[in-house]
Amino acid sequence: MAHVLEIRDLNKNFGAIQVSRNINLTLEKGARHALIGPNGAGKTTLVNLITGALTGTSGQILLNGEDVTKLPQAARTRRGMARTFQINQLFRGLTVIENVYLAIAERTGASNRLWRAAGAERAVIAEALQHLDSLGLGEDAGKSVNELPYGRQRLIEIAIALAQRPRLLLLDEPAAGVPSSESHLILDVIGRLDPDIAVLIIEHDMDVVFRFAKEITVLVAGAILTKGTPQQIAKDEQVRAVYLGQDHHEVAP
Amino acid sequence: MAESNTVRDDKAAASSLSGRGVDFLLNRHRFKPAEALPWILAIAVYFFLPDRLTFGSQVLIMVLFALSLDLILGYAGIVTLGHAAFFGLGAYTVGLLVIRAGWNEPISSLFAAAAVAALAGFVSGWVLLRYRGFTLLMLTLATAVLLMELGNLRSDITGGYDGLPGMVIAPLFGVFEYDLYGKTNYLYTLAVLFVVFMIVRRIVYSPFGEALTGIRENVRRMHAIGAPVHRHLVVAYTIAAAIAGVAGALNAQTNAYVTLGVFEFERSAAVMVILILGGTGRLYGAFVGAVIYMVLEDDLAKWSPEFWQFGVGLLLVVTVLFARRGLLGLFEDIGRYISKKRAS
Repeated sequence: MAHVLEIRDLNKNFGAIQVSRNINLTLEKGARHALIGPNGAGKTTLVNLITGALTGTSGQILLNGEDVTKLPQAARTRRGMARTFQINQLFRGLTVIENVYLAIAERTGASNRLWRAAGAERAVIAEALQHLDSLGLGEDAGKSVNELPYGRQRLIEIAIALAQRPRLLLLDEPAAGVPSSESHLILDVIGRLDPDIAVLIIEHDMDVVFRFAKEITVLVAGAILTKGTPQQIAKDEQVRAVYLGQDHHEVAP
Repeated sequence: MAESNTVRDDKAAASSLSGRGVDFLLNRHRFKPAEALPWILAIAVYFFLPDRLTFGSQVLIMVLFALSLDLILGYAGIVTLGHAAFFGLGAYTVGLLVIRAGWNEPISSLFAAAAVAALAGFVSGWVLLRYRGFTLLMLTLATAVLLMELGNLRSDITGGYDGLPGMVIAPLFGVFEYDLYGKTNYLYTLAVLFVVFMIVRRIVYSPFGEALTGIRENVRRMHAIGAPVHRHLVVAYTIAAAIAGVAGALNAQTNAYVTLGVFEFERSAAVMVILILGGTGRLYGAFVGAVIYMVLEDDLAKWSPEFWQFGVGLLLVVTVLFARRGLLGLFEDIGRYISKKRAS
């Protein structure tokens, strides 16, 4: 069976600067893969390359065996890929339910209807409520996103991605900026994700990484330093030297 | 049978969805009593200010023009300074049909104007809507200027800045003559505005309209959820262009006169000022803004022909500083404040 995600010899240059170098990575169905590395290692760049927000200089990206290297972001998304952002990218002026509604309407094609009331799309609204309920956001459906505390806003970030019904989910530091008193909310949700979804998570918090991931890739200066199980990575001297030995809890720009 | 089942399913779904705090979304498209107010006022003007109906028609046309801008600026968040291009194309479609082709039936002319403007909106939108912000602002501005210069170059056809004089519009439905006091024209303009408003209202409350607000609120996220952002924008821009074309056509029919002035930058700027004054992204902002702007312009210009723009400018500055959501937004806030006071 084809890999959910396969990256082959991917490179990305910004002028003379190589931000991604010879990246090779595969994710299987149900994968729980963490991507770690110091600030500026190119983790978010890699996510942007996978989604198509950026185009690689060379190399290939395959989703479920299909080469999507030249496809734009919307086309890749339709093939079952969703992402969350390190810094919230929500529809801030809208209500919580509308945030999720939009993702469902784009997935089902309802968003192309001009002559029907948005409120008459009962199926979309019912599904949006289901997603919110499953993340414990049901009570907030009618509230404006702006009114919610940051931790709950981070959950909406995930709710939108799940409403896309992805087979591949890219989580870019899902707990970033969330006070520790609320971070268990995010971790619970990540722990309960559908086991069929392949998940790639970028995370700085080693507790989260070691609890959640079955595989870890360490990225340093745009290149993969090493890959392995959490046990292997924890023992790796090289990784200790460049990463684990230092304190890395600040948020990357 | 099948149909009654569907109805029952819908009702069942509706009852399970109510009480979940999403009623605002379920009922947003339903008409509220207050929505009758602008139309009642517009009809009242017909009966109580019969000597101001020509001016009244001009106001209604500006409402229509501002409404078309609201669809793209207020809902989709596209900032344009060249919206007069479509207004002008609509006006010239009517003018050239009458003068060069002898076609003077008013309603079919409106459709022709809408079609020409829509085509221009589609083509220019397809190219320009890949850009955003300042770049888009300049490109839309340049488009309108280019159209004006094109009209100037071929002034043998367009009449240039002297315009196309002597347009005679045929009676409406072949029966109602355009009278000196503009009675027929006022009702005709009001009817067209009503029909177009209902269409725009329907669109902004549709899932497509919701997607437009998504683009306005966060275009990056729209891309990430797989939205065809460019296609959504081009559709909205084409519709807005068609409506602006209808506004221009009505303007040409009301004045029985078209000059290249219809393309002027001042018109693109004025319609944006109107929308900001009234409040963007709220349908009725176009009504409030157009009435205030046009009345102010009329009165201040009589009072001080040289400095009337100062008054409009001052009002705009005050609005932007103290009522960022426009006058309609301000009224809403005041209403909410009062009802809160009453509740406590």
